[in-house]
Amino acid sequence: MEMLKSNKFNIVLLALALVIPLAVYPVFLMKVLCFGLFAAAFNLMLGFVGMLSFGHAAFLAMGGYVTGYLMSNAGLTPEIGILCGTFASAVLGYLFGNLSVKREGIYFAMVTLALSQLLFFFFLQAPFTEGENGLQGIPRGHLFGLIDLNHNLSMYYFVLAVFLLGFWLIYRTIHSPFGQVLKAIRENEPRAISLGYNVRQYKLMAFVISAALSGLAGSTKALVFQLESLTDAHWHMSGEVVLMTLVGGMGTIFGPLVGAAVVVGIENFFSGGELGTYIHIIMGLIFIVCVLAFRSGIVGEFNKFVKNNF
Amino acid sequence: MDTVFGINPVALFGQLLVGLINGSFYALLSLGLAIIFGLLRIINFAQGALYMMGAFFAWLGLEYLGINYWWALLIVPPVVGLIGILIERFLIRPIAHEDHLYSLLLTFGVALVLQGVFNHLFGSSGKPYSIPESLQGVVNLGFMYLPIYRGWIIVISLLVCFGTWWAIEKTKLGAYLRAGTENARLLQAFGINVPLMVTLTFGFGVALAGLAGVLAAPIYSVSPDMGANILIVVFAIVVIGGMGSIGGAILTGIGMGVIEGLTKYFYPEASNTIIFMVMVVVLLIKPAGLFGKEA
Repeated sequence: MEMLKSNKFNIVLLALALVIPLAVYPVFLMKVLCFGLFAAAFNLMLGFVGMLSFGHAAFLAMGGYVTGYLMSNAGLTPEIGILCGTFASAVLGYLFGNLSVKREGIYFAMVTLALSQLLFFFFLQAPFTEGENGLQGIPRGHLFGLIDLNHNLSMYYFVLAVFLLGFWLIYRTIHSPFGQVLKAIRENEPRAISLGYNVRQYKLMAFVISAALSGLAGSTKALVFQLESLTDAHWHMSGEVVLMTLVGGMGTIFGPLVGAAVVVGIENFFSGGELGTYIHIIMGLIFIVCVLAFRSGIVGEFNKFVKNNF
Repeated sequence: MDTVFGINPVALFGQLLVGLINGSFYALLSLGLAIIFGLLRIINFAQGALYMMGAFFAWLGLEYLGINYWWALLIVPPVVGLIGILIERFLIRPIAHEDHLYSLLLTFGVALVLQGVFNHLFGSSGKPYSIPESLQGVVNLGFMYLPIYRGWIIVISLLVCFGTWWAIEKTKLGAYLRAGTENARLLQAFGINVPLMVTLTFGFGVALAGLAGVLAAPIYSVSPDMGANILIVVFAIVVIGGMGSIGGAILTGIGMGVIEGLTKYFYPEASNTIIFMVMVVVLLIKPAGLFGKEA
């Protein structure tokens, strides 16, 4: 644990993030960063408040569609486009959160899943989403009107900056007094209520922050791939983000990023070619193995190992 | 076509019938979920995949083994139930003492694997399964023509649903089951083998999904993702009805099917989403669900 908190470790990681595009394909890295942010936002709810949302694809897609539509049709600069997408997801998170925090545990999971399916059909039928084709050829634009993002390397550093900002916000949230209350709710909800905390309000707040940052990830991803499609709104995507968090380690800071790298890596390995149909079987098997034998995830197990041996 | 007050009765009754049939499937699936939830406190995410397997087994039986519809109706539900029992015994029970969210994730993983396996083996396209000869044709009801097979689905699923309701509410075995729902440890102290009861209950709840699958094979195309799509709707129905009562699960299932059918007639654009919208309204007015007990 101490090792992950030390500044040296963070500086090494940052230096690695800065030079790694020289060795690894930047688009792959950007995909990992976007999904890492998405999973970290999801983990804020599952890992730190104990709320399992099965509908987080809705916020990823909302951000992506709003940003994609505005970038294609309103000629915005990318930072404004991404802000708009993030804001739209936050509003959606407020609406969905208000409805779903009324129920707990398994019901909460079912309500969020159903709400995201509602949004899926909306995106399928709405005139501005291009239905099954999705929004194609979304322009990346010039950052602040100056820096051309069409170059993958400049796009990578932009995505890295967005990721670090989102990651920092999550870190600050978890370590704030607000975050301590969230953890108290996770550990013992009746106790938190009896201490006078308005638990529902806290849960709603966590929901909105998580939705907004998922939207940020979706908006950025839409620019990276210059594409926004129904895949992002499908329930498979909601399941995938659960898997990333579970594999990496729920309730840990770096777990979601590690999980995203693993899942995106596996997907890249299997996508295309003959192995394509195996992907869901593999994902399902990882789910089963993680739940049965590996509930702390990669980072969780690593932390345990460090704690016991050093 | 004759219309009354701008309503075309043939089309309206047609959609109502489709609604009743969908409602029958919703009722069978949510009943299975409710029974399993009662004892295990988990939602079986694999219910949709097992429904899909029911339909596939019927199709496979006919295609490769020459097992006709009637035998499939008898054989497939116990086979699917047995698979459910294996899942409960070897996957769910080891983590039964953990947070129930883990069981939910586990069954989600099982659903992905099952769906993926069938997708890999048989492709994603729909497989045709013809209606058995004795159930082909239509009856003239005076105001509409009723295809016999569709009437058969409604009758058989109502019989199974209310038979299950009767068995749980009125028989001694059902009393044990309800007692287990209230307090499993106390029941075990009275000498009832609760783990066995849990396993069999899980098997029965899953067998209902298998039965729904066989019934669905001739009217929906048999495809690997048929279960996932219907399951999310059933989840919304479970939220609407609440898990409070077995009867509630059945009534909500059928009712939502009918509402969906009516929407298809009056405002088809919303027919995909109407049940989710009803869920939103119910959450606003009565968060515990129509038949729900807990706060």
